Formats: sequence, C-alpha cells, structure tokens
Amino acid sequence: MTDFVSSFWGYYVGIITLASIIGCAILLQSQSKRRVPGAKVETTGHVWDEDLQELNNPLPNWWRWLFYITIVFALGYLVFYPGLGFWEGTLGWSSAKRYEEEQRQAEQKFGPLYAKYAQMSIEEVAADPAAIAMGQNMYLNYCAQCHASDARGSKGFPNLTDNDWLYGGDPQTIVATITNGRNGVMPPLGAVLGSDGTRDVAHYVRSLSGLPHDSIRASRGKPLFAQNCAVCHGADGTGNKMLGAPNLTDNVWLYGSSEATIVETITKGRNNVMPAWKDFLGESKIHVLAAYIWSLSNTPPQRNPLAEPDKSEPGQAEPVKVGQSS
Amino acid sequence: MAFTQEKIERNVGWLIVLTLLVVSVGGLLEIVPLFFQKSTTTPVAGLKPYNAVQLAGRDIYIREGCNNCHSQMIRPFRAETERYGHYSVAGEFVYDHPFLWGSKRTGPDLARVGGRYSDEWHRIHLINPRAVVPESIMPAYPWLENAPVDNSTIQARMRTLRKLGVPYTDEEIAEAPKALQGKTELDVLIAYLQSLGLALKDRN
Repeated sequence: MTDFVSSFWGYYVGIITLASIIGCAILLQSQSKRRVPGAKVETTGHVWDEDLQELNNPLPNWWRWLFYITIVFALGYLVFYPGLGFWEGTLGWSSAKRYEEEQRQAEQKFGPLYAKYAQMSIEEVAADPAAIAMGQNMYLNYCAQCHASDARGSKGFPNLTDNDWLYGGDPQTIVATITNGRNGVMPPLGAVLGSDGTRDVAHYVRSLSGLPHDSIRASRGKPLFAQNCAVCHGADGTGNKMLGAPNLTDNVWLYGSSEATIVETITKGRNNVMPAWKDFLGESKIHVLAAYIWSLSNTPPQRNPLAEPDKSEPGQAEPVKVGQSS
Repeated sequence: MAFTQEKIERNVGWLIVLTLLVVSVGGLLEIVPLFFQKSTTTPVAGLKPYNAVQLAGRDIYIREGCNNCHSQMIRPFRAETERYGHYSVAGEFVYDHPFLWGSKRTGPDLARVGGRYSDEWHRIHLINPRAVVPESIMPAYPWLENAPVDNSTIQARMRTLRKLGVPYTDEEIAEAPKALQGKTELDVLIAYLQSLGLALKDRN
C-alpha cells in the first residue's frame, strides 16, 4: 500500500495519527471530573461585561462515553484497515482489490452466459430475447450517442435499421466493424472539379437515385463522375462495400440528398470515423452486441413476429434525419 | 498547569499558534505525504503532457465551465468501468495543473472520452448537442466554431507549467504559437477532448 519515497513518511503519518487519537483520549480524561452533588457550580473564573460568567460544568456522561467509543472504534479500524502509513491492516483491504473482487463476482455471474452465446451463431443469439435485451443495453450505453437511441442514426451517422449497409450487414462484417472500427474517407474534389463541375456531378448523382435534376448538368456530370468518382463508387454508382463507398443509386443518404449537401460533400470530402471497440468491449460482448445490431434489420428464425414489428423493409426513402443538420 | 484555558484565551500569540496547529493536523497528514508518494507523483507509462493545441483546448474547457457538469475521474466500481473504461489512477494527472476531477456529474464522466467519438461527432455535438443526442440537456456552444484561438499567451502558460514540473522543451514552447495558428476554439477543444485518458486503454 505504501509507495512513499522513503519509509519516513509512513511513520510520519502513523505516529501523528496515533498521537492525535491518544491526545484526544488524554484530553477527554483530563476533563472528566465528576460534579459533587450539591456543590456550587464552577466557573472559569473570568467575568465579561460586568457580570457575564462562563460556567465550567463537567462533560455529560453520555457524550463522554460516545467519545470514548469513537476512540476505540478508530483504533480498531486502524488495526483492520490501512490508515497508518506503515501498517496495511490485517484485512489487506485496498480499493483496487475490492474492485477486482467485484469484477470476479461479475465474471462468475455473467461469464457462463457470454460463453454460451459465444458458442452460438449470431443469428441464433439474435433469436434469444435475453441476449437481445443485453445487446440493447450495450447499444444504449456505447452506440446510441452516434447512431441514436432508436438506431436510426442522424446526418453523418448511419441508420442501423434500414438494412442498407456501407460495409455489409452480414453478421461477420458487423462484428468486424464493431471490433476494428471504420474510417470512410471521401477525398475533397472541389479543386479538381471546379464549382461548376461539382454542381454537374451533384446533378448526375441525384439522377442516379431518380431525384429531380437538371438533365443537361447531369449529362455533363456523367463523364466527370466516371473519371473522379467511379473508382470508389463504381461505374454504375452502386458503391463498394470493401471501401465503405456508399451506393448512390438507392436514395438512402448519409449526409442528405439536397443539391447543396451533395455539392458540400464533393467539395470538402467526408471523413467518417467509427471508433474501434476491441479493447473496450472484447470479443464476447461484441458477439452479443453484433447480434442485437443484426436483429435490427433482420428477423431471426424463431422470433415472435408480434413481439416487435419487422424493420427490414427495403428501400425506405429518407432514413436520414436531414432536419437535424447542424 | 502552564496552559490553563485562561492563559491561552488571554494570550493572543498562544491562541494563534495552537489554533494553527490544530487546524493543520488534517492537512499535514492527508495532503503533505501525497507529495512524497510515488503513485501520485510518477506519470503512468505512456502519459504525455498536453501539446500546445490540447493545452489551449483545456483552457477553453475550463473557461466554458465544462468541468462544472463533467467529472474527469472514473471510480473503481464495475458500474463505472463498464461505462467509461479503466478506473482513473493518480499517475494519469501529474501534468494536470489544476486537475479537473470534479465531484458532480450532470453529464457523463470525460476522463476517457479520447477516441470514444469521432472529431466530426464532437464538432456537431458541441455546436448543437441535440443534433446527435436528442435527449441531451447539454447547452450548445456554437460560438466556438467562429472564434479564432488566442495564441499570444500560450508560451507564457507553457513556461508556467514547466515550472510546475511539466516537461516541455524549449522547442515545443517556441513552436506553440505556430501550432495554434488558424485554429478555432472548437478545433482545440476537440483536440483536448480526444487526448483524454488514452494512457490506459483497456477496461481492466
């Protein structure tokens, strides 16, 4: 317990502590005279403001004994617990040890449960209501700050319920995403394309999802897209899950579909980071959490369809809360 | 007896000396030895002093009173480490003058917020917390985005911290104003937040 630079400090703490306690006891003892029944009340002898005297009654017995009890308690405490700098206490207590014990008990309680789920496939785990409840708890603790408590995301933060995936929605990919995080980088192309070229490409991108667009601009944007964008987003604009390059043809938008937003995206680029959770959560928790995430857009085999509405309808337009842009 | 109550009460010199002695026992016992304890004076492995940008961000953090609602100390309870990460240890704060542990949490603890969210998340969240967390009661800090950070005092602050034991080199201090050039208060605050608690990475 003691990691003082020299053993002096341990004795310094211990001796002053003991001396203070003993000092209290001596002081108490010296003040413990009994009052003789019938005798005149003593005063301290000084008189203020002509007739103001200070009575010097003995301490009440109940109070005196309470004080003695606290002294005994203090000495007992210092025997069992670390309080004197040079003495660790017979219990060997420390806050770190208590924490380890708490962790050990939790491991005993939850370890087998996680071990059981680790043996099961993610689809099977997703069919277990208890696992889903655990997964949801973890989701609300660790994921909801970005992906929102209803898992529908917001501008720049993917919706996890629409079965539209940047990197892929199969269980293994979800595990990989949580474990190692993701960093989707779109380089800024404003300087390359120029402001007019950027708008042309934006109109072409809107045309891919069948949104209203200027067809002349879109036709001018098409070759620019092929030169600058197709390498990640694909010649047909359907994206590339290896890179996390979004599909631009499905009318699902991470940052928004307005011309202004697309122009901003192309001009300044985007850097979308999902942190890695490997060290923090560990494999077994990620397994259960991934099952919960997977269950948000897939229906596990034996699940009661009445328990929760099916969220896996494909092609839902505007899953992004564009209204919350900053 | 030499020290009767009357003598102490009537001799103001004795009254001062004995009063000081009594009130200083707690400090002498509980504070002074901490300066001679390795766990409170030795930095944990991998701890780096705040660089100029992070240090400027820390001053914004203090100026805006973030520490009034956010503590920076994770206690050694499972309920806290499950949520925030490894409990805080004294050696993580040897370069903090003053430390910002706090004792009241209106918002979550930030001792290990570094790397927990993306820079972009922090940017959106500081400008308007409701944009990413609709349930949030945190105030918005939109002015940070447009306020250029003041780099005229950073060298003096770094030199002061060096006197208190933070190992800044002359070179780091010389480069400091340049590092802050063109940065907004939002940029430096995010840099500070992203630096918090990285020395101990895993949860156990």
